[in-house]
Amino acid sequence: MDHKTAAVKMRDITKSFGSVLANDRVWLNIYRGEILALLGENGSGKTTLMNMLAGIYFPDAGQIFIDGREVVIRSPKDAFDHGIGMIHQHFKLVDVLTAAENIVLGLKEPGRLNLKAVAERVNRLCKAYGFEVDPWQKVYTMSVSQKQTVEIIKVLYRGADILILDEPTAVLTPQETDKLFTVLRNMRDDGKAIVIITHKLNEVEELSDRVAILRNGQFVGDMPTKMTNTGEMTNMLVGHPVTLSIDRPEPVNPKPRIEVKNLTVRSIDGIIKLDNVSFTARSGEILGIAGISGSGQKELLESIAGLQPTETGSICYIHDDGHHEEILGKDPLSIAEMGVTLSFVPEDRLGMGLVGSMGISDNMMLRSYRRGHGFFTDRKAPAELARKVVNTLAVSTPNLDIPVRKLSGGNVQKVLVGREISSTPTVLLTAYAVRGLDINSSYEIYALLTAQKMRGAAVIYVGEDLDVLLQLSDRILVLCGGKVSGIIDGPGAKKRDVGLMMTHLGGGNTDE
Amino acid sequence: MSKQKAPLIYISKRKDLPWYGAWGIRGGAIILALVVCAVVTTLLTGENPLGVYAKMLEGAFGTPRKIWVLLQNTAILLCVSLALTPAFRMRFWNIGGEGQILVGGLAAAACMILLGDKLPNALLICVMTVASIAAGALWGFIPAVCKAKWNTNETLFTLMMNYVAIQLVAFFVIVWEVPKGAGKIGIINQSTESGWLPQLFGQKYLLNIIIVAILTVLVYIYLNYTKHGYEISVVGESERTARYVGIKVDRVIIRTMILSGALCGVAGLLLVGGTDHTITTTVADGRGFTAVMVAWLAKFNPPAMIFASFLLAFLDRGAGEISTAFGLNHSFSDILTGLILFFIIGSEFFISYRISFRKHASSALPAAQPPLINPSEKNGKEE
Repeated sequence: MDHKTAAVKMRDITKSFGSVLANDRVWLNIYRGEILALLGENGSGKTTLMNMLAGIYFPDAGQIFIDGREVVIRSPKDAFDHGIGMIHQHFKLVDVLTAAENIVLGLKEPGRLNLKAVAERVNRLCKAYGFEVDPWQKVYTMSVSQKQTVEIIKVLYRGADILILDEPTAVLTPQETDKLFTVLRNMRDDGKAIVIITHKLNEVEELSDRVAILRNGQFVGDMPTKMTNTGEMTNMLVGHPVTLSIDRPEPVNPKPRIEVKNLTVRSIDGIIKLDNVSFTARSGEILGIAGISGSGQKELLESIAGLQPTETGSICYIHDDGHHEEILGKDPLSIAEMGVTLSFVPEDRLGMGLVGSMGISDNMMLRSYRRGHGFFTDRKAPAELARKVVNTLAVSTPNLDIPVRKLSGGNVQKVLVGREISSTPTVLLTAYAVRGLDINSSYEIYALLTAQKMRGAAVIYVGEDLDVLLQLSDRILVLCGGKVSGIIDGPGAKKRDVGLMMTHLGGGNTDE
Repeated sequence: MSKQKAPLIYISKRKDLPWYGAWGIRGGAIILALVVCAVVTTLLTGENPLGVYAKMLEGAFGTPRKIWVLLQNTAILLCVSLALTPAFRMRFWNIGGEGQILVGGLAAAACMILLGDKLPNALLICVMTVASIAAGALWGFIPAVCKAKWNTNETLFTLMMNYVAIQLVAFFVIVWEVPKGAGKIGIINQSTESGWLPQLFGQKYLLNIIIVAILTVLVYIYLNYTKHGYEISVVGESERTARYVGIKVDRVIIRTMILSGALCGVAGLLLVGGTDHTITTTVADGRGFTAVMVAWLAKFNPPAMIFASFLLAFLDRGAGEISTAFGLNHSFSDILTGLILFFIIGSEFFISYRISFRKHASSALPAAQPPLINPSEKNGKEE
């Protein structure tokens, strides 16, 4: 039985949102001195379960025991009182304050606020666990990884010894991830209980001591990480055996399709987002774009799609007959009128790619509603397309009219990708096409992109998972601070090299 | 550590209610509102609440004339609500309905006064119609252009345009006042009735009602079945999505506000040319604002607006009646109207959310002994 005492025991925890049962009688033990990986596909209820520990949600039924005593956690403050701290996916920091100010924000300590003493304590915490953070640095000048560090210290400063991290590595580079893992191991060795929510199996294997798996809101099982392997975990996650591999067929007859020359883009505040970027994307090829988030990926794609005001440079579309045509400075409608079928799967699915309050059919209409000369819209063709997309991509939805924002992330993405692919594009731009998607859906999307490549489309794939980027892309363009850090061939590229190029122009080597 | 309890109440999102569930809640809210109003009435005035309600019904439906007035009020309010709806669906908060009605009415009055004896009646009415629509459209166009070009705040802008319109009307009332020094225009063209909209079947209000009924159908079709209507919905939900698919957002904003203003102009025409035959600064009578409430109550859905505007027109007429019948201060009827609306609007919350109370059984029990199996064992048993 329990050789260690469980810090947290969750028993028969049930939570529903409307008709959706997010957690169904879940049992979970969390031990001190152990890193627990909580694994599950999208919508399997990982985050919901942890939010109930952190006091964000209140369970409909079930019990929570901390150190053997039953507790009721009604608010994040209750959670803190029990030593539970959660680091959310979206940071909750005040940008204009310093790290130290953010850390004490909301704490009711007796006496006057002594920021020096706070900084002192922060430095001690940093030394103890191996963090690197300057307590006097303003948050808006920090990188994503530094902000995450501040969030973790904030929780530790409040005396938390049960830490929950919700997909902490989603926004980090491989090097930053390594650093985070070191820190987490230090904290574990110090006797803290750590839970990381993730769906990256390699991280589970690398970091965790024990893994617990949820599927469809139900607890499937838990086991020591050493006793299992990726294959078994995947099967438990999905509920049936699956094979995970990305096929990279040879590009067919690649020809230059999009030529970007000396492209420079500034944000409204005058900050350089893209600096003299030049490259060529070819038909029948997947060009992967790697880079730390915010290195100009969004601006690059939006410039090609005609949505981003640019400063200098040119973007040419090269027709099949070799004829060049400038598309820079044209809006999406004029680009389409040139006879260019350019599809774009933007990062912000519900804020840009789709209309959240509309159903699947109406969202299919976004691209096609102008067809026909009449004053009225044709609803038959979009409904037909919606049915086709739902069937071919196995979108799980009760009907075609339910607002798409009520669908899960994976299904929303399938609707968007399905619509964009349906127009048989010659150029397909995708930004974080699998962000937030579970393993199964992700591999379906990879297969779809490869199918588009084989059809002869020029696919530009902006991704954050380097392992996937390396397996999927025929060539990889690495962005670093808005500049092209290098363009390398996909087959044979090393993860370490790409990681270095993401942080240092040219990867610090002389191959540029 | 003291014994802790689960929260007393907590709120969760409802499953989609069937239509009868939603209407049951709304009906319940109205009954509850009437009960509360009855208590308030008895406490404050000592009157028998049933008598008060009877008077309300009488005030709204008592005589054929009262019914016609009720329908007319409903129609004009509905017309303004319809006008605001395209803008609201675009998330453009046009609260300038008042001003758009006023300038529409002013344009109609100007035609009647200046052209009344120069044009044949049919032609005059056509000119009035065009002028009212153009004036209302202009009042919608100005804030729309500024929003589209410089991203000005449309709420403030349209609100300010109301005051400009009121002052404009006040100015022309003095210019055209009859007799000099009266400070008002009085009935225009009383002897010739030129520019008066025709009466159908001898009913003064029937034409207005028919016109608004047709408009309701047209606006419904426009919003739900046309390319324009689709663009409005997309822009309203997300301008970024609209740009992404190549919709010219500026053009949609301006086009929609011209439509919105033009429909308010029609309401001004119906008021001045159809019923009042004069213009004052209060001809719109706050309908530009009441219509905001109607549009929201109906969730921007034209058929539902018929009921919402009827309800508000009924409450207004009924409440007015009780203040005169019982010799009560007019504020009292406003209190009753306010209470009823409070319950109706509040009921929407209970349609989307469910309130659960703490279950006594689970929290009253002492903390149970932790079960002596761990998750893997439990799992083993299940599979």
